[in-house]
This record gives sequence, C-alpha cells and structure tokens, in this order.
Amino acid sequence: MSNNLGSMPLRYRVTIDREQCMECERCIENCSYGVFRRDGDRILINSRKCTACHRCLAYCPRDAIMLEEQPCDYRSHPVWTRATREAIYNQARTGKIILAGMGSVADLPIIFDRLMLDACQVTTPPTDPLREPVELRTYLGKKPSKLDLRRNSKGDVELATELTPNLMVETPIMLGHMSYGAISLNAQISMARAAKETGTYMGTGEGGLHAGLYPYQDRMIVQVASGRFGVNIDYLERGAAIEIKLGQGAKPGIGGHLTGEKVSKDVSRTRMIPQGSDAISPAPHHDIYGIEDLSQLVRSIKEATEWKKPVFAKIAAVNNTAENVAAVARSSVDAVVIDGFRGGTGAAPRVFRDHVGIPIEVAVASADRELRKQGLRNEVSLIACGSIRESADVVKAIALGADAVYIGTAALAAMGCRVCGNCYQGLCPWGIATQRPDLVERLDPDVASKQVANLIHAWTLEITELMGAAGINSIESLRGNRDRLRGYMLDEGLLDVLDVKPVGA
Amino acid sequence: MMVKLVTIDAKGMHYTPLNQQVRRAVEDGADEVVVQNVLGQRFIGDGLKGDATIHVYGVPGGDLAMFMSGPTVIVHGNAEHAPGNTMDAGKVVIHGSAGDAVAHSMRGGKVFIRGNIGYRGGIHMKQYEAQRPILVVGGSAQTFLGEYMAGGLLIVLDLDGAMKARGIGSGIHGGEIIIRGDVDDACLAAGAKKVPLTDEDRRRIAPVIREFAGDFGLDPEPLVNADYTRIVPASARPFAGKYTWE
Repeated sequence: MSNNLGSMPLRYRVTIDREQCMECERCIENCSYGVFRRDGDRILINSRKCTACHRCLAYCPRDAIMLEEQPCDYRSHPVWTRATREAIYNQARTGKIILAGMGSVADLPIIFDRLMLDACQVTTPPTDPLREPVELRTYLGKKPSKLDLRRNSKGDVELATELTPNLMVETPIMLGHMSYGAISLNAQISMARAAKETGTYMGTGEGGLHAGLYPYQDRMIVQVASGRFGVNIDYLERGAAIEIKLGQGAKPGIGGHLTGEKVSKDVSRTRMIPQGSDAISPAPHHDIYGIEDLSQLVRSIKEATEWKKPVFAKIAAVNNTAENVAAVARSSVDAVVIDGFRGGTGAAPRVFRDHVGIPIEVAVASADRELRKQGLRNEVSLIACGSIRESADVVKAIALGADAVYIGTAALAAMGCRVCGNCYQGLCPWGIATQRPDLVERLDPDVASKQVANLIHAWTLEITELMGAAGINSIESLRGNRDRLRGYMLDEGLLDVLDVKPVGA
Repeated sequence: MMVKLVTIDAKGMHYTPLNQQVRRAVEDGADEVVVQNVLGQRFIGDGLKGDATIHVYGVPGGDLAMFMSGPTVIVHGNAEHAPGNTMDAGKVVIHGSAGDAVAHSMRGGKVFIRGNIGYRGGIHMKQYEAQRPILVVGGSAQTFLGEYMAGGLLIVLDLDGAMKARGIGSGIHGGEIIIRGDVDDACLAAGAKKVPLTDEDRRRIAPVIREFAGDFGLDPEPLVNADYTRIVPASARPFAGKYTWE
C-alpha cells in the first residue's frame, strides 16, 4: 500500500429515480467519464467518476437523474475546510503541484456585485432606446492626441493627421483567447461565426490558426505567446489584429503547458510542433527581458505586417498593474488587455489560481486613472477580462475605464459548458474542451454559434437599456464615467482606488 | 539570365522606410539587394518572403530576419540580438558576432554565425515535420545555450577555443546541441544529458559543417573529423512528473 489515506469522500453522488427511468441508456451514451454502465437489466452508477458536467441530466428525457454535491460531510471547521484538507491528502499522496481547471474558486467578495449603477429620474430624464439611438460602436486602438487639418487645392478641408489602424466593434463584447488544443475546433468555429454575425472579434489563443477558421480570419485576433506556437508570417498576416500574451489572470507570472496527450495530429499541425510532444510556453518571452524589449517585439510585429494591424498586449492583473499598463502604453501597442485574477483557464496551479493577482475591477480602474494622469489614455484602448459574467459587469467595467471586454467562460457556458472545471481531462461531454472526435462532433457549430450570438445580442440589448436608463446615448460617455457608479459596502480604501463614491453620496 | 540587383543606401535612414525599400525591391523581382551603410537599423528582412539574397554592410540592429520565410540575409559585419527570431525558412549568414537570443524560437532555415553569440543562443528552437532549424556558431556561446530547446540542430564549433556556455540545455525537451571538444558535466543544466557522437551523427552533421565552412572560407575536413560532444534531452517530457490534478 503506497499510502494509508484510503479513498476520499465522494465529490458528487448521482442517483436515478428508478420509477421515472425508462432505461433508454442516453445517460450511458452521453457520459464520457464512465459514470453509467448497463449490467444485465440495470443501469449501474459509479458516482466517483462524476464531474457534475450535467450532460446526463440535460439529456435524460424523464428527469430521472439527480446529482448531489458533497454528499459526505467532514467535521465542519472554519479553518480546516474541506478544500484545504483534501489538498493536503492529495499532496501527501503525490508530492506534486496541484493543477485545476477553470477560474478561481476562492470565496472572496466580488467587487462588481458591490457596485450599483445609476439611472435618471426627474432632474435629468432617462432616454428611451426604442426612440433614441444608443451608440455602442467602439473603435479599439490609438487615437491621435490632436487633429491637424489642411485645405486642399479645391478649397476643401481635409485631415492631415495620419490615423493608425483601429478595430471597429459593433458591441463592446469580444470573445477572449482560448486556444485550439485547449478547446475543440467546433467550439472555435462556433465562436468565430458568432463574432462575424455580431460584428465583434475573437481571439485565437496561442495555439495557431486552424485552416477551418480561415473563412473568419478577418474576425480573428491572432495571439503571439512566449512559445510562439503556430506563429509565422502567414499567421500574422491573416489576423485582423495581433495580441502579444504577456500574462494570464488565472496564473500570473508563469507560463503555459499543453501536455503531449492533447497534441493530436490536427493540433500538432496548427501549433507546428510534433504530435504528442509537450507544448511548453515559458514564463517570459525570451526576447523580452525588460520593458524596452517589449517595444522591440511590438515593432517587429508591426514591421512584419507593414503597420497595417493593431497590436494588443495582454497582462495579468497584479499589484503594480497601473505602472505595467503605463509602461506597455509607451511600447507602441494599440490596446492593453488586463486579465483579472478570476480569469478562466484550462489548467492552472491551484495555488496560483486562488492566491495570485488582483480583481479586474481595481486593475482596470487604476490603469485608466494612471494612463490619464500620464497623458497616455489616448495611446491605448483598455480591454478588461477575467470573470465578466453578465451585461452589468460589462457596463461596470466600462464605467471603471475599459473600452471593451473579452468574455471566455460566459461564451463557453453559452455553448453548454457547466463550469465543471474538468477541462484538463480532455473528455468534455459538451464537445468543448476535448479533441476526441466523437465528443467534438456533439457540438454543432450551426447551433452553438447561434447560442453565442444570442448571448452577445442579449447582453448588447441589456447594455443599451441600462445606458438609456442612465441617460447615456453613446459608449464614449460611459467610458470611465465613475459618477454613474456607487459602491455598496465597499471600504473607503477600495472606493478611493476605484475612484467611486459610496451609495448615497 | 541577368541577376537583378538593387542597391539601397541606408545612411541615416529609419528602419521602417529602409525595410519598405527592401520589401519593394524583393516584390519587384530583385534577386539581390545590397544594403549599404547600415547602422543599427532593426528588423531587416522582418517577415520577408521569396528567395532573394540581401547583403547587409554595416551593423544591423536587433531581430534581423525575424519571421522571415525564404530569403537569404548575409551580414558583412556583426549583428545585434536575436537574428533569426521565430524564423520559418531561409538563411542568415553573419560574418561577425551576434548578441543574445540568437535564433530564438526558430522553426526552420539556417543561421550561421562566424564569430561568437551572446546568452540564450538557440533558445526554444523547435521543429515541425520537414522544418528543422539549424544554428551553427563558429566561435563561442554564452550561458543558457539551447534553453527550452524543443527541436532542431545547434552546433558550436568553438574555433577560438574560448567556449563560455554554462547551464547548457536547461529545460531542453527536443533537438540536439553538438559542441566541438569536450564539455564539462558541470556546464550542463538539469534536463540535458551528454551522449557520444555516433558515426551516423557525424554523417548527418557533415553536410552542415561543410556548408558553414564554405560560407566562411574555412577548411571543412578538420572540422568534420573533430571530436564533438552531443547534448540531448534527458526526457521529452521534462514537466510530466511535476503536477497532480485537483
């Protein structure tokens, strides 16, 4: 016996209401984790394999399946929680770093939920979005600090200032970077179609650009990460914009690692690495050892693409985010993406996921303030991401200083993801975080793209209504407009950082 | 057939118009582009395609031939950091020394450097199918040579007898590093191991060494027949044993 810990208590218990069950076996077909099996005239259940992905519940025609989380109690203890105890048992058994899927599970207050939005009443009436247009169109990229005009030979006035390329989004909601390899091609295609339909953009992640996405390349932001997987001149030229990944909110300060098991033939072709080999992205870009070098990388990409495309840089939200953003804003980039500590991931060390970084709300607010203080706000757009869950979060992020947001987990949920956090197993029964062909096939891009587009439409409508209620008719008037926010039960220090007044003030 | 040659005087020119001129010349069908009076202009040959040859006279700035896919760049002098960065195909020949991170993340083509290179040479070189990058250094390399290397061939000839690299091959998980002469075990990083150079290995690298010697006017045979140390990954999965799942 290699340890004396025995088995851990069940995480979930699955039961079948035998009165309701008609033994159609859809649960057996749908569960890729092997919870259900037929034995003679009975369907047997192995709850230990369950991930709470809900696929069986969703496809049971009789609502016969029920799932219970943590059916076995530990002795309750406020310090030695279930999670801390189970982490110890795991590490006592293995001696290894614990990896986990999806974003942070740390039970910390969510600042978005303690910010209230404003609405107009008598002194200023609200506007009716049905009657008066509310402009959500956003241009991402550098804006000139002043405009020079000249009179041409015909006597007409024309613009003398040379404008730099911007990305035009019809709604301030973009689809964030999730790589092919981490998610399936059908998941990427579904999001790409949704981006095209809703007039927005999506990120490729660092896994290269699969040929199946070429039809949507004018809607793709291609990512250059430290591993440079799938990066060549053709890739850079295909993207509508290029994003340099410097950090990720779920695991600030460390690199990425796609295990060889996930590098299938097709993934290998897209990443341009041998099949079955580990894809290791180092923590830093090894051609960026200082802030001057970032400028060099940004300009190398701009030179390669003849200054025709905006270049973004993404950093994780950490203590000195404001200084980082101000430094990045001087490096010729067109937009800075800030990823908060609740950002999603296919896999991150648990200790990083739950303990490193700061919330997106404070990161974007302090970055916006620092950029304005240094006279750099027009040099870059700010994109907020990492736990944008609903339209109100979008409005609050913009009021705190963002130009637009990326959504990740929310888009996956729109395709069926139940946030079970088992992405790393590669068995996603919803066809999202898997490369197994029979599972990928379950996600029909015709259907899933519509669902993602529906979500973006719905949020866009809600944003329009919220802005109308506040008497704001264009997104520019909302951006950084902290007067339309009030902090509810936030302490004075935090209100000061956010530059937001308390409720009632 | 006449060789179409275009000459560009880079004196006092910013790198963007210089690179535009090089690009236009290649697009207009130049076989050879001669760039004179280069003094620190970066990104020469950046993202350049085709099969032209670019002669650079002077000292080019960083990221020479970055993302390049096809052409040959010959530098008649020293180069700055990261020539051949994320290069896909083509060849870079430097008749001098180069700075740090030479051939960083290079996926294909060749980078030949007659002199020395700085730190992190060949870092994260990788290979894919027929693409197998080759970096050959005539002189010495500095520390962290071949770090994170995932593929390709890296040869250091140490012609001047002053090999300085320590921490060789830290995190290497693919490809091979071949260094002329013996390498002390203490100079290898965790994850790298020494193996003998077999006759088959020697046959494999001989054409590369002959091509290098040809480019720089060296006598190839003493180099082909010299003693070499071959350094390869101890494991293709250096991080496989580090993690457990929640």
